[in-house]
Amino acid sequence: MRCRRSLFRRRSVVTDRASVALPAPDVLVDVEVASDRAYRLSGTSVLVALGVVVAVGLLSATSGAAGLPVDDVVGAVLARIPLVDIDSSLSARQESILFQIRLPRMVLGMLVGASLGMAGAAYQGVFRNPLADPYLLGVSAGAGFGAVLALGFGLDLGWGPFDALPTAAFVGSLLAVAASAVIARGTASSPATLLLGGVAMAALFSAAQTYALQQLNETLAREVLSWLFGQLNTSGWRQVWILGPYVVVCGGVLFAHRRHLDVLRVGDDEARALGLNPARSRLVVIVAASLVTAAAVSVSGLIAFVGLVVPHIIRLLVSHSYRVIVPLSALAGAAFLAFVDVGARTLVAPSELPVGVITALVGAPFFAFVLWRGNATTI
Amino acid sequence: MTTSTEVAPDPAALVCRGLRVAFRGREVLGGIDVDLAAGEWLGLIGPNGAGKSTLLRAIVGLVDHDGTVALADGRTPAATDVALVPQAPVLPLGMTVAEYVLLGRTAHMGWLARESRADRSIVATTLRRLDLDRFAGHQVASLSGGEAQRVVVARALAQQAPLLLLDEPTSALDLGHQTAVLELVDDLRRSDGLAIVSAMHDLTTAARFADRLALINMGRMVAEGPPDVVLRADRLSQIYTTPLTVRTIDHELVVLPAPRTAIQGQRPTSNQSAPRNEATYERDELQRVAPSPEVAPGW
Repeated sequence: MRCRRSLFRRRSVVTDRASVALPAPDVLVDVEVASDRAYRLSGTSVLVALGVVVAVGLLSATSGAAGLPVDDVVGAVLARIPLVDIDSSLSARQESILFQIRLPRMVLGMLVGASLGMAGAAYQGVFRNPLADPYLLGVSAGAGFGAVLALGFGLDLGWGPFDALPTAAFVGSLLAVAASAVIARGTASSPATLLLGGVAMAALFSAAQTYALQQLNETLAREVLSWLFGQLNTSGWRQVWILGPYVVVCGGVLFAHRRHLDVLRVGDDEARALGLNPARSRLVVIVAASLVTAAAVSVSGLIAFVGLVVPHIIRLLVSHSYRVIVPLSALAGAAFLAFVDVGARTLVAPSELPVGVITALVGAPFFAFVLWRGNATTI
Repeated sequence: MTTSTEVAPDPAALVCRGLRVAFRGREVLGGIDVDLAAGEWLGLIGPNGAGKSTLLRAIVGLVDHDGTVALADGRTPAATDVALVPQAPVLPLGMTVAEYVLLGRTAHMGWLARESRADRSIVATTLRRLDLDRFAGHQVASLSGGEAQRVVVARALAQQAPLLLLDEPTSALDLGHQTAVLELVDDLRRSDGLAIVSAMHDLTTAARFADRLALINMGRMVAEGPPDVVLRADRLSQIYTTPLTVRTIDHELVVLPAPRTAIQGQRPTSNQSAPRNEATYERDELQRVAPSPEVAPGW
């Protein structure tokens, strides 16, 4: 049955069939309260998540070689807000460290974390697979291949404000995802077919990447590898401006479709009988999640574990409903990656650890703990 | 047993004409006609693989088909017109009863809209009506078989479709819960005027609840009409490839396997190995099975 509703049609007016007749509203209140708890994104959980993000932000802004006290950082940030009458107490040098080095990196970390968190939640939803992560459809291998070509062979896809490497990685990612969808004959096919298409493409692009890497000299190869490990090296706010729009637009699309992910949980057939067009929903969600993942990968390389684990942590701690998982995974992913990046910057200062290594080092034990504490069978 | 063919002037709820379904060239349904009046219960019976589920799925639009499926006004049914209770519903882990029933409102929400207050009220009303309100926050996967089936029916009711399709709604339930679920559906039919099509394995239950039965075998309609016309021992024995008797107990039809003593030596020995459906019509020896003396009047 084709879904015959137009894209933005309003909810149909309640008809006068017998089963529609509603009791007086006051009779319903108690049942509603009980049932509402089940499918609402609670304000408390959002506030808690936002609180964690802010706390991690403060920690990140104040950690580093140059000591910046918390109150001065808060003052300096508030002073930049128009109409707020506070004078920054930081010196010019401290200001430039804060606004040109620490904050861009912190914000970039949050954006990348949010991208991976929500993309992971979306992939787990459309594939109905707890092992799905944002790199599932060959995004990582495609990006790696693009990066090798750009760094090692001077393939210059850069245009305007876009550097060659991120652009090549972005194009490579999307090529791999598109190829996965094409060999699975579109997103209308079953999730399992798409997943296998992704496996095939990932293998193909990985092989191409490995071969290309082998042709490079050692210096270039090392540069490519360190990019692949994942890092949040920033030069000012540029990467933030590149990734930001993707996070806003794709995040909005995923947020708007989070209800569809709940419907898809009963399987394509039942979803269709319930009036959803599963192929269309899956297409929209996969495109949005892949775009934001590709954009994140292009500015930060491959950061493991965030997209896989963050949605599961939300699931175990808060709710199994994607209405809750999608937005909270974005917030929790942001907090998690910014937090881990503090470690990456400070643990072996003055040098740095690749953040992708620490996400796995910190994330795996924490995930194991949550899994052990919670009821593992409810994943 | 009421037969609504006698109460005829109800408007048609569903009209199917020449419904054909083929999977990879193999015909599963070979031209089926169905007429259903509002408030009527049609029971689909027939052996495994006869095409009952496929017919239901074709009506909902889950399988490609030739022929027409139309409502009274000629439209193809949408999810707001027809609700399906699947044979093996997926009960997602961690999903609560309230969330699950809310899924039934999907067709009433716009593409990007959230559920409205009216949707939540309908969920709450439906839960209360089916005596499920105390389960609202429970996980569907943790419910017992009977409770789970009630929740699935609740989801279908929340869909507010005038046509309800049930695919083996009671196959996983014990006798008490079977009756409870079917009584519930029957009540809803009477109170809401729902038209019902149900695929059923238990012929006695089918005869008890349905106004009309449609006997399907190998994708074709073999017989259709009131239960006492359709349920005839010779026909059933042939189609189910096992001797069956039909009796009347307290004015209700009961279909039973023929007593073993009566069929000693007559049960076909190849029965276990032969595919039941294909071998149906060649099985001459079944014709020799004598009908028992107590069969229903009209035999």
